[in-house]
Amino acid sequence: MADEPKEIDALTGTATTGHEWDGLRELNTPLPRWWLWLFYATIVWAIGYWVVYPAWPLISSSTQGVFGWHSRDAVVDDLDALKASRGPMVGKLAAASVAEIVADPQLLDFARAQGRVAFADNCAACHGAGGGGAKGYPNLNDDDWLWGGKLADIENTIRHGARSGDDKGHQGSMPAFGRDNILKPNEISAVADYARTLSGLPAEQGADLALGKKVFADNCAACHGPDGKGNREVGAPNLTDQIWLYGPDKQTIVQGITNGRGGVMPAWQGRLDESTLKSLVVYVWTFGGGEK
Amino acid sequence: MTALALSMMLDRAVSEAPGLARLVAKAEVGGEPPDDIPLYAPRRKIYPQRTHGTFRRIKWAVLVVTLGIYYLLPFVRWNRGLNAPSQAVLVDFPARRFFFFFIEIWPQEVYYLTGLLILASIVLFLSNAVAGRVWCGYLCPQTVWTDLFFAIERLVEGDRREHMLRDQRKWTLETYARKGVKHILWLIVAWWTGGAWVLYFADAPTLVKHLATLQAPFIAYLWIGILTFTTYTLAGHMREQVCLYMCPWLRIQAALTDEYALNVTYRYDRGEPRCAAAKAQELRAQGKPAGDCVNCKQCVRVCPTGVDIRNGADLGCIQCGLCIDACNAMMTKIGRATGLIAYDTDINIKRRMEGKQPFVKLVRLRTALYAAVIAIAGGMMIYTLATRDSEGINVIHDRNPMYVRLSDGAVRNGYAIRIVNKQLRKRDFILAFDGMPASLIDFVGVPPREDGQLLIDVGPDQTREVRVLVTDYGDTPPASTAIVFRLTDVATGEQAEARDHFFGP
Repeated sequence: MADEPKEIDALTGTATTGHEWDGLRELNTPLPRWWLWLFYATIVWAIGYWVVYPAWPLISSSTQGVFGWHSRDAVVDDLDALKASRGPMVGKLAAASVAEIVADPQLLDFARAQGRVAFADNCAACHGAGGGGAKGYPNLNDDDWLWGGKLADIENTIRHGARSGDDKGHQGSMPAFGRDNILKPNEISAVADYARTLSGLPAEQGADLALGKKVFADNCAACHGPDGKGNREVGAPNLTDQIWLYGPDKQTIVQGITNGRGGVMPAWQGRLDESTLKSLVVYVWTFGGGEK
Repeated sequence: MTALALSMMLDRAVSEAPGLARLVAKAEVGGEPPDDIPLYAPRRKIYPQRTHGTFRRIKWAVLVVTLGIYYLLPFVRWNRGLNAPSQAVLVDFPARRFFFFFIEIWPQEVYYLTGLLILASIVLFLSNAVAGRVWCGYLCPQTVWTDLFFAIERLVEGDRREHMLRDQRKWTLETYARKGVKHILWLIVAWWTGGAWVLYFADAPTLVKHLATLQAPFIAYLWIGILTFTTYTLAGHMREQVCLYMCPWLRIQAALTDEYALNVTYRYDRGEPRCAAAKAQELRAQGKPAGDCVNCKQCVRVCPTGVDIRNGADLGCIQCGLCIDACNAMMTKIGRATGLIAYDTDINIKRRMEGKQPFVKLVRLRTALYAAVIAIAGGMMIYTLATRDSEGINVIHDRNPMYVRLSDGAVRNGYAIRIVNKQLRKRDFILAFDGMPASLIDFVGVPPREDGQLLIDVGPDQTREVRVLVTDYGDTPPASTAIVFRLTDVATGEQAEARDHFFGP
């Protein structure tokens, strides 16, 4: 077909390709020369690309390119640039004490912004997105602090954790009075009822509060205090307030006395850098203003 | 110079197949279109002829004023003190501010831009109802820059006749030289256009210095490049095609116009039948009809979009009035009354043919409505601008947890409160709280004043976020209570309020 003389279209005066479909003929309008040369130039360009950049897949890797450019390095560069842009403020945070950060509105703003992100990444899984807590995971917005709510206390808890295995972390846990046969079931029931009355909750009908009081004095007062106000040294909660880490119902309390409690807060020092740690301390502190 | 060579190729006239041209011409003048008319018509290059006259002078004046404003406005200074830039018109993206002389707009006030766009569109509609495509003919950037590019083209390549003849002859070194000069001049204008654009986004004198010493940010050079390219392409090469094929306004305009709008009109009552000046005299002597149009085609030759106004209203006609100038010049030359082409209406032509008086009806329902909308929208804009607060308060209630039970049983809610200071000086505010009698309000991290009031300072032209805790010591914790935060400027007593809720179990 290529050798056949091409028909000239009467209307446009342009040669046709000779193809015809249902009376429609295709005009042969070649691409402009300059376009064609640009097209060839892009092909040449592509070859240059193969040489310069990583391009061809091999069995276990790919060609590396003579420039040594790598997309992973580009990401690292971007992250470095980000770090550099935050550098001055991050450096100030790392150098300042948490008390100094709180006193400086500019540092406080930056720390809260950084803390918000770090909290969402590391803490929100247990403590909730806004630090609202959950059963067994303390609410960080309230005024009840197991291990203390001053800036230094919060910093200590975040750095070293509780029952985390860190030497400087908080130790001490609720023994399993029932499981270890220290207390009998009727004693546990009685002391659970007694514990509820400490914060003004009603006891079950027919509860032996006298027995409960005796059991409490003999077994619980060592940590929770004779009046049940708790002891931060060992993380024993205050039983006289309105806040219950695991819940105020009797069944939950009985469960706790029988099997013990010992929730773990990980130690974050070493996992997070200094500025992030301090940002977290400040952020958590600003939830409820900490303890005066 | 490859790009220059490429664009010079675009200067070559398309080799029109005679058959196609004939068919297209036949279809355009309203003849019976043949069945197999092709869907493709090659562009016919337009060589508009130089004109002199009233409308040409108006166009020159508009060109000088609009381009003058565009190119020089960034250099106008406006003293705002130390805390704000001193450029009269500045779009400050990094600081997220827009400065316009004495007005400063924050991002959340972008509705002023909406208002401005509404005003602009209604003003456009009103101008259309009064005198057709005033915008297209005199003010549209496409028209203004194309006009400037035509002027450069005529300066370098000569007027219509000279230019056409040179294009059709075999191209000589001179042809190439002239075209080269023309494209270089075009590129300079285009580059200057892009250069002026970026000056609206940074301090103009500094940026000019940085641009010249190659210290300016890449984005500045990129935008200069983009606008150089678009200006050069749209005003140099695409010209009337932008109006005909790309612009939505001419379609909208055609739907919005009415029969009373003044348009550039060929008065066929006076012009038809067309015949040469001598022949007309002869015919008139015999008592036969002879029109004033001598068919000199000056109106077509000066048209920047290649329209023959004598065929009646045309989508391609941008109504720049240059054909009026050309026709008036010709009529004056042959001793006839001017105004064969003029701003007029079809109604008036028909009335004159019936021997009635022509009239112009400017006050109509639509012009009155447009004017009313402009007055209302403009009035609202001015009122809100004049009375807007220079301080503000925004409150976001904590989402998680919604409320906190404290150890003594009280209920506490947390709020993020952002205080806005739109003034260019530092201000002290007192935050008060209303709605729950037995409650306590407290800043986190900001100690209260000696008298117990919550005082906070906000820097000039800045916002500041504070965390606020509200604790309710009432007997029955409420499920939801409406509350108000009230911000008071200590110095001036200006106030701003924000409403929110206090939640309980």
